[in-house]
Amino acid sequence: MSALLVAQAVTKEFGGLRALQNVSLQIDQGQIFGLIGPNGAGKTTFFNVVTGLFPPTSGELLFDGRSIVGLRPHQIVDRGIARTFQNIRLFDNMSALENVMVGEHVRLHTNPLQAVLRLPGFVQQEYRAVKRGIDLLNLVGLQGKADELARNLPYGDQRRLEIARAMATEPKLLLLDEPTAGMNPQETRQLTQLIDQLRRELGLTILLIEHDMKVVMGVSDTVTVLDYGEKIAEGPPAAIQSNERVIEAYLGRGIEGLALEDQAPGAA
Amino acid sequence: MASLEARTTLFPRFGRDARSRALLAAIVVLAIVYPIVDSNASHVSAAVDAGVFVLLALGLNIVVGYAGLLDLGYAAFFAIGSYAYGFFASPQLGVHLAFWLMLPIAGLAAAMFGIILGAPTLRLRGDYLAIVTLGFGEIVPVIFLNADKYTNGPNGINALDPPFIGGYNFGHNPTPFYFVVLGLIALSVIVIRRLRDSPLGRAWMAIREDEVAAAAMGIDTVRAKLYAFAIGASFSGIGGVVYSSKLGLVTPDNFRFSTSAFILSMVVLGGMGNIPGVILGAVILFELQSLILTQLTLWSHQLGAFTHIGFLNELDFVNLKFLLYGLALVLMMLFRPEGLLPSARRQLELHAPPEVAAAERQELYDVSTEAQSA
Repeated sequence: MSALLVAQAVTKEFGGLRALQNVSLQIDQGQIFGLIGPNGAGKTTFFNVVTGLFPPTSGELLFDGRSIVGLRPHQIVDRGIARTFQNIRLFDNMSALENVMVGEHVRLHTNPLQAVLRLPGFVQQEYRAVKRGIDLLNLVGLQGKADELARNLPYGDQRRLEIARAMATEPKLLLLDEPTAGMNPQETRQLTQLIDQLRRELGLTILLIEHDMKVVMGVSDTVTVLDYGEKIAEGPPAAIQSNERVIEAYLGRGIEGLALEDQAPGAA
Repeated sequence: MASLEARTTLFPRFGRDARSRALLAAIVVLAIVYPIVDSNASHVSAAVDAGVFVLLALGLNIVVGYAGLLDLGYAAFFAIGSYAYGFFASPQLGVHLAFWLMLPIAGLAAAMFGIILGAPTLRLRGDYLAIVTLGFGEIVPVIFLNADKYTNGPNGINALDPPFIGGYNFGHNPTPFYFVVLGLIALSVIVIRRLRDSPLGRAWMAIREDEVAAAAMGIDTVRAKLYAFAIGASFSGIGGVVYSSKLGLVTPDNFRFSTSAFILSMVVLGGMGNIPGVILGAVILFELQSLILTQLTLWSHQLGAFTHIGFLNELDFVNLKFLLYGLALVLMMLFRPEGLLPSARRQLELHAPPEVAAAERQELYDVSTEAQSA
């Protein structure tokens, strides 16, 4: 297996606050890679740095063997990294289909002049874009909701739409920021299945931030734990669950014999 | 199935159903026969000016309605188009380019200045952007005012060439101008609709909705915003050529902040983001100023003379126009914030179905209680 994303000593400082300190990790092709840690550990900051929303203070990020540090967000999407947001950020007043079609933008190649003249190539491309958009909506289970405004969709559907929109960019690496947050157990189960399906059927590599330990431990191949911006543990889920430092980070010192699974904070 | 659905939703046409097709046909016929039926040249002349403002409002709608960038200095591009015609089609520099050639040239010149304005404002959002565009809108007329060596300062450039078509001189006859402006509006509507239903149009809307998410989904926000500024400005430049060639004169005081605010009011009043709404807003506000208020004043004076009520004799509605616009805007924002003819999208945005509104209130409540318990 080859490395898809390599982070080397990535540090991000906001003024005096070190949100990330020398974080190094390697995500291999086809992996589902879990990123966990208590609130404020720097997980979302790591996502923001990888997707170019802000540059790292120091360190290197290699995607497919090439540096992505200093690229603008849309260039990183073009390279093949897509994401969802922890607090859903859909285009509320656009339809579900339009949301997905915005995601396709980076794979469409037209200039405004072709659009104004409605050249045959442009029209065909738009038809293909719509068809692909509808296929993606079907894939995530939003059949028949293409023309609904994003804001009118139920919460669970909005989370799915965010995934469809990210998928529309044709990513190699998909970053999911707490995809099951706020979902009921049934929705969570369906979403976990979807994540697994994306990997199996489309060969996607997935980096997952998640507070629901059942989800992370269930689907991840490797789990990395951040605490106060530092990586404190990495390994297969089973090893992480019994790792002393991880338990300490979550529960504090002095409590022994508690399995993480029963006491996972935020799991509710 | 999917592709069938695609064909109908992809490029919606005005007039897909019989009723709206009939309405469109009626409006087109009415617009064409109007100058023939109405023999009052000053009415036709006012209609030409209204048409120019329709062009301006359509252009500003791209920037404000589609891309969500508040531009308070839009009249600057109108000035640039007008002065471009002043420089290159008058004895001022001794250059006499044809009106028809100046239309695209002024459009391009305004687009270029759109990019010049757009580039430094790319990092700014909301109020900050509005302030910078306001500044730009003030700078441009002041430059034209003070560069009096080239622009004759406050006197402006006069004796602009009237347009010719073949050997026919438009002169001071407003009717040919009317048809030119009508043609330009029709062309603009087609161009703008096609842009809206293209990847660029979706990019604009995505930026308006959530700029960070748009960038994270692969939209080159810098490019899309510059396109919005440039394309929006070009309509203003073209409008400037028509306006100044009809007037035969270009002076700096036509392009003050009040003009920018006037155009913005048209967009907001008519229905931001909706082409028919914007056209309606422009026509109503312009005709209100040039026809209705003068007519009201006349009637009021007649009534005053008849009833010997001095107050009615003194009343001048034209002088009250900004008071009346302001009042109209306040009332609109209170009772119909989406505009007279809103886009379906914006109507939904401001009047959510009850269950969605309830859900959103609930969400708001959840967040605030979370914040309290945290």
